[in-house]
Amino acid sequence: MSHSPLLSVKQLSCQRGGVRLFHNLAFELASGELLQLAGPNGVGKSSLLKILAGLSTQYEGKMYWRGQKLARRHSVYEKDLLFIGHLSGIKKSLSPLENLRWYFPETEDSKILDALQHVGLAHYEDQPCAGLSAGQQRRVVLARLYLSSAVLWVLDEPFTAIDQKGVRQVEQRILEHIAKGGAALITTHHDLGISARKLDLSDFAVGALT
Amino acid sequence: MKVYNRLFSRELLLAYRNRGELANPLIFFLMVTSLLPLGVSPEPGVLSMIAPGMIWVVALLSSLLSLDGLFKSDYEDGCLEQLMLMPVSLYLVVMLKVLVHWLVSGLPLVVFAPLLATMLFLPDAGYLPMVSSLLLGTLSLSFIGAIGAGLTVSLRRSGQLLSVIIMPLYIPVLIFGASTVRNAVEGFSYLAPLLILAAFTCAAVAFAPLAVVAALQLSVDE
Amino acid sequence: MSKAPTRKWTWFHRFGSPKWFYHFSSGLLPWLWLAVALCLVAGLVWGLAFAPADAKQGNSFRIIYIHVPTSFLALAGYYLMALAGAVGLVWRIKLAMWVLRAAAPLGAVLTFISLFSGAIWGKPTWGTWWVWDARITSMLILFFLYLGVIALQQAFQNEEGANRASAVLALVGMVNIPIIYKSVDWWNTLHQPATIKMTEAPSMHPDMWHPLLLMIVAFYLFYALVLILNLRCEILRHESRSQWVRELCKSRS
Repeated sequence: MSHSPLLSVKQLSCQRGGVRLFHNLAFELASGELLQLAGPNGVGKSSLLKILAGLSTQYEGKMYWRGQKLARRHSVYEKDLLFIGHLSGIKKSLSPLENLRWYFPETEDSKILDALQHVGLAHYEDQPCAGLSAGQQRRVVLARLYLSSAVLWVLDEPFTAIDQKGVRQVEQRILEHIAKGGAALITTHHDLGISARKLDLSDFAVGALT
Repeated sequence: MKVYNRLFSRELLLAYRNRGELANPLIFFLMVTSLLPLGVSPEPGVLSMIAPGMIWVVALLSSLLSLDGLFKSDYEDGCLEQLMLMPVSLYLVVMLKVLVHWLVSGLPLVVFAPLLATMLFLPDAGYLPMVSSLLLGTLSLSFIGAIGAGLTVSLRRSGQLLSVIIMPLYIPVLIFGASTVRNAVEGFSYLAPLLILAAFTCAAVAFAPLAVVAALQLSVDE
Repeated sequence: MSKAPTRKWTWFHRFGSPKWFYHFSSGLLPWLWLAVALCLVAGLVWGLAFAPADAKQGNSFRIIYIHVPTSFLALAGYYLMALAGAVGLVWRIKLAMWVLRAAAPLGAVLTFISLFSGAIWGKPTWGTWWVWDARITSMLILFFLYLGVIALQQAFQNEEGANRASAVLALVGMVNIPIIYKSVDWWNTLHQPATIKMTEAPSMHPDMWHPLLLMIVAFYLFYALVLILNLRCEILRHESRSQWVRELCKSRS
């Protein structure tokens, strides 16, 4: 395993809607690492994940991916990033299979069906997602974890609406991923059943400085 | 290119699954046109005089009506932010999306227009120019309108705002589109306005997606 | 701006620094006030009292001393607003975005005054408040463009989003203005609604024309003054928590 970090963040500050969220944030993420972002609501966890994914430009500071500086509208990650946010990214009028085909156009259907089986959605593949329960819809989203070849996983509250058994499965999947040299950043209000390095964003809140 | 083919067929599929919404602009087009004889006069002479302009105005309004939803569902269900993370060119994706939108909402208007023209007693000489100018015009209406749709996608009540910010930009299309039909009806050559409209449409198709991409990026960042 | 600027760009970023601009404009303001007052009073007295009356229109022509400068500024103001938006988008300079915020209502008001004074002028001259003349129609559309930018600004909760969205819209509008103007011109020649043709500056007698020039200068200066005053308010509002504003407040009270 290499020692140079995959992702490194330096002096990152974020201000949204006139409110300063975090200031001078710095951390590194190496391959094989799982980092859990902690802190109370409104501390800027989701904002940070959006910034790291390249969806938000409302920040000051520097970020590096494999030593390469990330520009504001970067496309350095290409296929290296898997981002699961608050919004599902799932079309309700399409079936799970059709939804996942959009994310993985190169993947054969049989592999997508395997992934759906992993998340407990076997035989649901052709039903429109609108007919699935909230937890099942979330499982469609999480099926991406079984299909993606991305190195960096950025997961914002992935366990919402998922039952305990499902949570355990996803945790196992994350372990597999980092064991293979991947890295993951996660926010969750669940207690993680697997060991993770913690980063408390409230340590970088503006109030903490003065 | 295979990726873009997939995106294209997905957009078509989505439009097909939500086909209930597709009829609304057409019904609007029909209804407003039938209000005219009721509100103005059923006299064929009067109607045939205002027909070129009215068909164009009503087509413009119904095109606006359908634009609000262009990026809305993608924004709300998160597919828009996922799209931005994919290794595809957003410029091309926007172009594809607007093209599909035009195919399912603008093109039907063009097909429908001769029927309404009959109801408004448009002189025979006006039909071909009307269809060809609407064909080009609705395409540029879709592309220019997409800028407004992108800018307002993160706002809750965006329908009216979209009309307010986009309508002034529609004016050249309206002028040259309606003039094409009027010139033909009055027996003049209509080639000049039609060609200008074609040039305008080319420019809109090429450049509007740039603004749409910027608009979508800032909307996702909201 | 906490991004480290290279030396070549320091002046650019310094100009974008709210603090620097506030102090710079403090020194400029008294002179600007004086210049505006001088030009405005001189232009008005010259134009309204001393310039000869028009042979055909009599004294009613004197409204051009308001109408023409506001029309000029209304258009120039849109370009200024859009360019400020572009600077704000590309270099992420907040001050530029505040120029955009201030310029939108200012331009809308000027456009309205131009339309309104045009109507007042039109009544005694042509016997009608409104004609669908190319120039007037274009001005009306410009008014709509301003209203669109303002409406979009108001609709966003988040100021950052409002600024960026209205900057994009203003830029799209700027690209379209020449096209809109040309097409309205073309439409007008096609229809020729009346035999009315607006007479403009070139055919005017120098005695009428010189005060107009002075009034145009006065309005440009006035525009700059109002914009700067607006900007200073925005700066204080946004920087109210910073050290230098606090010190400024202390020294004043």
